Amino acid sequence: MKDVREALMVARNTDGKLVRRPLSPHVQIYRWPISMALSILHRVTGVALGVGTLLLTWWLVAAATSDAAFATAQWFIGSALGLLLLFGWSFALFFHLYSGVRHLIWDAGVGFDSPTYNVTGWAVVIATGVSTVLVWVIGLAVW
Amino acid sequence: MVAFNLPTNSRVTQGRTFKAPAGAKRIREFKIYRWSPDDGKPPRTDTYEVDLDACGPMVLDALIKIKNEVDPTLTFRRSCREGICGSCAMNIDGGNTLACLKPIEEVKGAVKINPLPHMPVVKDLVPDLSQVYAQYRSIKPWMQADTPAPPDGERRQSKEERARLDGMWECILCFCCSTACPSYWWNGDRYLGPAVLLAAYRWIADSRDEATGQRLDELEDPFKLYRCHTIMNCTDTCPKGLNPAKAIGAIKQMIIDRQV
Repeated sequence: MKDVREALMVARNTDGKLVRRPLSPHVQIYRWPISMALSILHRVTGVALGVGTLLLTWWLVAAATSDAAFATAQWFIGSALGLLLLFGWSFALFFHLYSGVRHLIWDAGVGFDSPTYNVTGWAVVIATGVSTVLVWVIGLAVW
Repeated sequence: MVAFNLPTNSRVTQGRTFKAPAGAKRIREFKIYRWSPDDGKPPRTDTYEVDLDACGPMVLDALIKIKNEVDPTLTFRRSCREGICGSCAMNIDGGNTLACLKPIEEVKGAVKINPLPHMPVVKDLVPDLSQVYAQYRSIKPWMQADTPAPPDGERRQSKEERARLDGMWECILCFCCSTACPSYWWNGDRYLGPAVLLAAYRWIADSRDEATGQRLDELEDPFKLYRCHTIMNCTDTCPKGLNPAKAIGAIKQMIIDRQV
């Protein structure tokens, strides 16, 4: 579908000649408020969780297949790259969870006022950081 | 659609620098977006040095000073200079606001001024607002009622009914909010944007209006309304301190409410 705004990108100059107008700068110049950063991060972590869940599925399928397959999966997840992916996955999970709760509260009609939405934004960031670190401290201690 | 890069003809180049007069003590740089349809050149950023000791306190004062004393070709919209006409909406220091309400002292370092983001540029700081105006017209921003007004006077409202319009009637349609919204940048062809949705809710919430059902029907659309992802840039940037995100949330809630 053609963008209807395309029609506004053409204009006539003083001599009546057709010229193409520039599009004014947007994401290049906009100063990011916290909510804008969290919004795009919510989407990014959503995609990351989708990909990460494939890894989890592989681990579960391997466990159901054979000892050798499970050992391979265990080896990969226990490797440096595997741990890094798992760390990213746990961060994404916590962020998406807390940010999702923030969206749920908005959907209930609450939390739109300033400074509330900034406070809840920072609360999501702090809760994500604390939860991720806590899970890894406990996880590594048990491991 | 999402396009992070500007089209080739829209990339901003380095422009000229206009020095402050000799002897100026409190110099501030103003880096201003320039584009003219008449010279066949891409947009550029011109730098103007302004002596703050000889200039009013607001960014608009500096723009007018530059236009009067340094470069009469600099083009921007302005009228009331007191935040009620909405003409001087532009992007200052990375945020959309009214130049007349933005103190120069609030900006650290050079004052970067661009037109409202992701809009076709008519000239310099003047964007083409045809699209937002057409969208505003589409929500029928006037009272609709089949019931005739009482013969002895106007349609009455209780104080509570009138109070429901507070925070909406104050909108001056400067479109700082719509042009701050990434959803509106990418999908502004079909998404109505925060300013227009706030205006739509102003009529939905009006106790005298009898077209609430039709208004909600019109808005119940994946693009017109539901491209709002609560990014909050609208509320964050509104120079009048209004809350379009809250109004959009209220519309979404009314659509759910009438389904259950």
